[in-house]
Amino acid sequence: MDTIDSTLVDWSRAQFALTAMYHWIFVPLTLGLGVVMAIMETLYVRTGREFWKQTARFWMKLFGINFAMGVATGIILEFEFGTNWSNYSWFVGDIFGAPLAIEGIVAFFMESTFIAVMYFGWNKVSKGAHLASTWLTIIGATLSAWWILVANAWMQYPVGMEFNPDTVRNEMVDFAAVALSPVAVVKFCHTVTSSWVLGAAFVVGMSCWYLLRGRHTDFAKASIRVACWFGLVAALLTAHTGHQSGRDIARLQPMKLAAAEGLYEGGNNQGLVMAAALRPGVDWAAPTSEERFLFNIELPGALSFLATHEWDGYVPGIRNILEGGYPLPDGSTALSAEEKMQRGRTAIAALATYRQTKDAAEKQAALETLRANFACFGYGYLSTPADLVPPVPLTFYSFRIMVMVGGFYLALFAGMLVLGKWICRWKLALLAVVLSTPLAWMASQAGWVVAEVGRQPWAIQGLLPNVAAISRLDVGAVQTTFFIFLGLFTLLLVAEVSIMVRAIATGPELKD
Amino acid sequence: MTLGRTLWYIILVKLLIMFAVLKPFFFPSHLQGTEQEKEAAVSAELTGRVNNP
Repeated sequence: MDTIDSTLVDWSRAQFALTAMYHWIFVPLTLGLGVVMAIMETLYVRTGREFWKQTARFWMKLFGINFAMGVATGIILEFEFGTNWSNYSWFVGDIFGAPLAIEGIVAFFMESTFIAVMYFGWNKVSKGAHLASTWLTIIGATLSAWWILVANAWMQYPVGMEFNPDTVRNEMVDFAAVALSPVAVVKFCHTVTSSWVLGAAFVVGMSCWYLLRGRHTDFAKASIRVACWFGLVAALLTAHTGHQSGRDIARLQPMKLAAAEGLYEGGNNQGLVMAAALRPGVDWAAPTSEERFLFNIELPGALSFLATHEWDGYVPGIRNILEGGYPLPDGSTALSAEEKMQRGRTAIAALATYRQTKDAAEKQAALETLRANFACFGYGYLSTPADLVPPVPLTFYSFRIMVMVGGFYLALFAGMLVLGKWICRWKLALLAVVLSTPLAWMASQAGWVVAEVGRQPWAIQGLLPNVAAISRLDVGAVQTTFFIFLGLFTLLLVAEVSIMVRAIATGPELKD
Repeated sequence: MTLGRTLWYIILVKLLIMFAVLKPFFFPSHLQGTEQEKEAAVSAELTGRVNNP
């Protein structure tokens, strides 16, 4: 066997994660703040009040700073696909590349065109045309997110393709299946609505800062009112789409659900973990006589209900998934990890035979064997069934951070709408709201940690694990670029935060 | 410096670093040669990394 140093896999993953997490600081604020400012401009056009125009222009200024700092940070991810993930890029580039190309050609150009009218078109185009440009800017940004999330959803649930052993590439055979995959639709809705929550949280947090300082109070209260209504609707939609996403995970990525719930031994009528602490150092891939939780408070049957819509529904745990033999939703029986690994090795050996042999009959037989076992292709690269178990504590706690912060914002937006007058006079409460603003980013990042760490070891679910997807690079080179990025990203982040803080400190230019 | 000018300056510096430094010096294309050579290289990688017990 041609071995790959596990350190190379870890550093390649770390570098990609660093770049993606940095990129994701800017994207959700663009998506969320964009809608808030568009709503404010709509209020200006509908009421004719100059106040709303000035309010919209201030938030637009912060949107511009965030947009400028975030623009092009995603390009580094695309460099990394070619350099660090060359096997992956070749293996699935025909499918993965299509949504990325559409994103660049259609959505990003749409966004870039209308953003110019939005910033430079005040007093040059009519109110209606300007408002349309503002909405089209944010629709363009949201469409960008759509295509990126289609690409990501395909990695979680690969559909609409056929493997061509002559080119060693997966080729798209059904564009609609890829672009409108149910996983993509749910992922898009959940990601965008959660970004709206983040945008609303930012507006509320910064507005509370003005109230705390006793500055621009009318502007701050009006911004809080708009952001809280928007944020409340967004938080409810996020909860609903999060549930849909959970159902998809239960059906298509049961190991991720088991890791997020710390579920080793599954079964019927499974409880949902409400509050718990995992015992440190437990091996989640093997049986143990130790308790896996230090404490655990469960809601009986709730996990089964959320995953299957039946209180008595079956939810497999880590052990069940590794050992197989449990009933799948389509009526078949789950294969064990060992069986899948064997089928994977058979598929890879058939690919090797297909590409080496000159004998037509042998080639045809190899092709049939490859096709019969292709669904398990990626399992052939695993060393042991334990490789299929993702880092449980990271997935488990990230999931809880995401849900708890989501719940916090739901309560905060509702509380601010009901008790706003009282909260706005209580300095400690205002300070708490200001200081809680970074929680929105924490939840957003935690959501991606659940989505991506929870599906390890896969680059593409079931088809290609990271160990086969990465390029054979020198570990030192990947480490060097990791630290270059860390320095570069930190500098850019400091620049953004300082420019943003200066703009917030200056405040809106309000004229009556 | 006005805000707009500062942002443009940062964008240009960022793009310069990405395309003039990172891409040519740290992110060369890993797969090179003709399409057939690339196919053969990926095929050798994918069939060579399999785990046979």
